[in-house]
Amino acid sequence: MNPRSEPLGSPPLLQVEHLTMRFGGLVAIGDVSFEAANHKITAIIGPNGAGKTTVFNCLTGFYKPSEGRLTLNHPRKGPFLLERMEGFTIPQKADVARTFQNVRLFPAMSVLENLIIAQHNVLMRASGYTLWGLLGLKRFRQAEAEAVDLCRYWLDRVGLLPRADDDAGNLAYGDQRRLEIARAMCIRPVLLCLDEPAAGLNPRESAELNQLLLSIRDEHEIGILLIEHDMSVVMGISDYIVVLDYGRKIAEGVPAAIRNDPTVIKAYLGEAEEDELPEEVAADLARDRAAQAQV
Amino acid sequence: MAETAAKGLDPVAILKEAGLAAFVALMLAVPLAGLETVSAPGGLTINTRWDWVAIAVGSVFVGRLLLILWREQGRRRSGPRLDLDIGENLRTAMPVLAAAGIAFAVVLPFLPFADRRVLDIGILVMTYIMLGWGLNIVVGLAGLLDLGYVAFYAVGAYSYALLAIHFDLSFWVCLPLAGALAALFGYLLGFPVLRLRGDYLAIVTLGFGEIIRIILINWYDLTRGPDGISGIPRPTFFGLDFARSPPPDGHTFHTFFGLDFSPLHRIIFLYYLILVLALITNAFTLRIRRLPVGRAWEALREDEIACRSLGINPRNTKLTAFTLGAMFAGFAGSFFATRQGFISPESFTFIESAIIVAIVVLGGMGSQIGVVVATLVLIAGPELIRELQEFRMLAFGGLMVMIMIWRPRGLLAFRDPTVRLHPAPRRRLGFGRRKPAGSGAP
Repeated sequence: MNPRSEPLGSPPLLQVEHLTMRFGGLVAIGDVSFEAANHKITAIIGPNGAGKTTVFNCLTGFYKPSEGRLTLNHPRKGPFLLERMEGFTIPQKADVARTFQNVRLFPAMSVLENLIIAQHNVLMRASGYTLWGLLGLKRFRQAEAEAVDLCRYWLDRVGLLPRADDDAGNLAYGDQRRLEIARAMCIRPVLLCLDEPAAGLNPRESAELNQLLLSIRDEHEIGILLIEHDMSVVMGISDYIVVLDYGRKIAEGVPAAIRNDPTVIKAYLGEAEEDELPEEVAADLARDRAAQAQV
Repeated sequence: MAETAAKGLDPVAILKEAGLAAFVALMLAVPLAGLETVSAPGGLTINTRWDWVAIAVGSVFVGRLLLILWREQGRRRSGPRLDLDIGENLRTAMPVLAAAGIAFAVVLPFLPFADRRVLDIGILVMTYIMLGWGLNIVVGLAGLLDLGYVAFYAVGAYSYALLAIHFDLSFWVCLPLAGALAALFGYLLGFPVLRLRGDYLAIVTLGFGEIIRIILINWYDLTRGPDGISGIPRPTFFGLDFARSPPPDGHTFHTFFGLDFSPLHRIIFLYYLILVLALITNAFTLRIRRLPVGRAWEALREDEIACRSLGINPRNTKLTAFTLGAMFAGFAGSFFATRQGFISPESFTFIESAIIVAIVVLGGMGSQIGVVVATLVLIAGPELIRELQEFRMLAFGGLMVMIMIWRPRGLLAFRDPTVRLHPAPRRRLGFGRRKPAGSGAP
């Protein structure tokens, strides 16, 4: 752990201001503003259809926001206005990486190749846009060796080193999820957007994922933005939580505050009185509150 | 066989199934094989050949029976599937296979049976292999289904023909120019189709191929339309002609080397020319597959959205695939023009595109050796079974269906990773890391 504090007054890594996304008449996101800091894990939560993935799609250039400003304050390259950038240039220039809710690997290619492709732009420059590469210049071979080293590092981190030469499509689901995170990290991002990384994982895998994300946060110059339904993940590792419901931000704060926020509980559980809740949910709530009281 | 029946497959059902197949065969055989039109005085008359129909129906019935029994036998047998074994063994045997194939291709003209016909088939096969390898970049690696590939072939052929006739340029000057022009056309086609995928892309490229052909037919002043262009200069062996009588102040190939004149010299030269061109295409593809751009093509084929999320520019990546694929078609086209000495739009119809796509798909998308095997099956096969006359295409179709049943992903559908962390398993053939050109097919 080496918590590096931001110099006072420096802008947060990501500033989302008045983000609105309309599809025809449907307002998927309405006037959402939040920030994500470097070396922090910021979680976006909300019921199904709240607009979480739409926020991600706006951030990573898959959608053009209808309104709003998305500023990425890159620690080394200065600010980027993401809403003005063409899709693929956001990961290319602003170093924003993302994963997908339904894993999107290159299934017929090997695990190692999946990670090498993430370093496409670095290698493309090293290969003189293919020309030096065709001639087999040393410069390119060296760059490729370095790229393989980075892959090896990340494969080791996610525990897939022995499977490096297998087809990515043949991995187990949990392994595919971790490979996708490793692949996103191989573009050397400053902001990592994870769309439900724990979906479909068993409790042990999801605990491992928590450890992985915490260590990424602490060891790398990076901010993490996380969409997650699994509350054990969200409450366990996030430093800050933003809650969306029907495309609006209904709450934000540290996990302890969100846990007891009445608006959040209402959004997740509906308007019902506590004694009308299903038994296990009510028990859950009571247990949470007791735990909170002890803290 | 009683056992088979005991396993819940009753003979009546088998007979029913075989009978149904035989009935379908009957319906097809009556018009196809049973009736023959014969020129007779006073017009065509129809001749019936019921014996042929009987043979067709009978063989389908028996064949179907055997197929059912064989299928049942296979179902009860446990253990690894046959085709998996084929894949693994081929993977290890690949370098040997490739080296043997190239060695055979090199010595072919000097083998005793290599007469004019064999060499002509050889040239034809090599031309299609080259086209298949070129299209493999677009379809096999980048996953862009291009049904208009023959357009670039035509551009290359016409570029060579027109440049050579009007500007008196030699083949070796025209070859790169033709490649460049075809590449330019590939680039131009690439732009409008960038957003299209799958079926839509196929339709647009198909249309593009037809547009080129129709332009060639109608732009009479330039291309002489359907008359075609004849008298295209033949290639020379470093300036030496392959003519019978030397010009007064010079040499031809045979006088220079003190050989007796033989029309085969030119054929052999053309054969080696296309062999070298094809091997260059192959070497280029194998090399570029291991470069970032080649990996990006494959990644684009696998998942375009993931590519965008990794900062890969899909537009440029697709354009390079189209352009480079078209360039090789241009090379092949100028070879075609110089070999034929005559070209017309007739040579560049959709069926050519379809055959090239079939070669790539049948070979196994992205597989370089697969292209070779598929070309041998698709091009050399029908040439060799010309004796079957009108049943040639029937046999051909049957062969295609059988291949697609047994190896639906193509004859040699497997790929080796372009980069490894651990040494490749099972290299028991002892060829180590030495790679002959043309090996290591994806």
